[in-house]
Amino acid sequence: MEFKDYYKIMGVPRDASQDDIKRAYRKLARKYHPDVSKDPQAEARFKELGEAYEVLKDPEKRVAYDRLGTNWKADQEFRPPPDWNAGFEFSQQGFTGADASQFSEFFESLFGRSFRAEQARRGGETPGGPGGAFFHAPGEDRYAKIMIDLEDSYHGATRTISLQVPEIDAEGHVSTREHKLNVVIPRGIRPRQYIRLVGKGAPGHGQGKAGDLYLEIEFRPHPIYRVDEYDVYLDLPIAPWEAALGATITVPTPEGMVDLKIPADSTTGRKLRLKGRGIPGKTPGDFYVVLRIVPPPATDESDKAFYRSMAEQFKSFNPRAKLGVEA
Amino acid sequence: MNDDNGYQKEASSLQLKQTVTIIDEQNALTLTELSHACSVQSGYIIELVDEGLITPQIMAEEHEPHCWRFTGAQMRRARMALRLQSDLGINLAGVALALQLLDEIETLRMRLSVLDNW
Repeated sequence: MEFKDYYKIMGVPRDASQDDIKRAYRKLARKYHPDVSKDPQAEARFKELGEAYEVLKDPEKRVAYDRLGTNWKADQEFRPPPDWNAGFEFSQQGFTGADASQFSEFFESLFGRSFRAEQARRGGETPGGPGGAFFHAPGEDRYAKIMIDLEDSYHGATRTISLQVPEIDAEGHVSTREHKLNVVIPRGIRPRQYIRLVGKGAPGHGQGKAGDLYLEIEFRPHPIYRVDEYDVYLDLPIAPWEAALGATITVPTPEGMVDLKIPADSTTGRKLRLKGRGIPGKTPGDFYVVLRIVPPPATDESDKAFYRSMAEQFKSFNPRAKLGVEA
Repeated sequence: MNDDNGYQKEASSLQLKQTVTIIDEQNALTLTELSHACSVQSGYIIELVDEGLITPQIMAEEHEPHCWRFTGAQMRRARMALRLQSDLGINLAGVALALQLLDEIETLRMRLSVLDNW
């Protein structure tokens, strides 16, 4: 097992005051909060931080942890000594809102048991635990985020998703069980929408009915399309002569190829709309093609000669007229 | 063997068709459902509405909480508010500001990704 240096995680010295620890936690929590940060590591950092704070914010746990830490050296395999916490009683009512199943094996081996004893004392509400049969209440609702492709929203799809479900056994050990589920992705679903699976959440207590499972939909970034609410965008590179003279161009859409008429005298940034070809639905979104003119590179002498004759032909053209610059 | 599998597949997809719903305008959640889904008292959700953090659809003439309906977008905001409040220790007014700024950042990131493609 890896020893977790909670002081290092929080970036505070070992003699930091409780106030310093709180300040450091708040600062890092704001930085790495998964709702705020786009850093892919943010969620892992935030969990680690939450675990470190659970121990260091509580003077009793901190003292116990400090006693362990003094005997520990870097890169050393960690094993908690038997009775390491003898003489400490973890009396505080902490862990409110914290999800212990998210914490590390290191944390679990040190504080896991006392935490669950505490929880049981407080509410007797250990889901699935021995106390569960004596009262009736609906099970908790559960959440998960699932990644789908834009094409799944156009065609509808079935996805097998696997969720990690925390479970507490009769001895109070927390483990995660894999829960596989076939989910129908309804056609016309959009990013950030939720789908609800009635009765697929946590089992009810006693005779209470099971909770629901909510799945938040997220689209994987698409290599060529962008999604904005109901509408889908495609950036379309075109040659200067296609823009100037007009052309009919074959364009990819999530529903297949479409022939698109480019009007003459088009400029970069011009938006062409294919009505109703966005995300499908009762009022479907639109599909927008955004034009971008790409000039061919002048690689050899005859190309350069061509561009020179173009300059000659369009002598009066001033692309910077709006900047107040003379041609 | 094949027939068995085929039958099972059909049975499970039938079952799923009954239970999968998108939380949109047609299948919006009641105050009680949203509170249960967020594991909070309904009073907390009412506070979020009063603060203007989430906006329910109103199903009747009267602006009574039992007539409110919430879509997935509102649920997402409620859950974010809850997390920000408990994890960062900010009050509701602060959460409201944070959500507003996060929305703006989201819009700007979207525009930026357009520019980055060019």
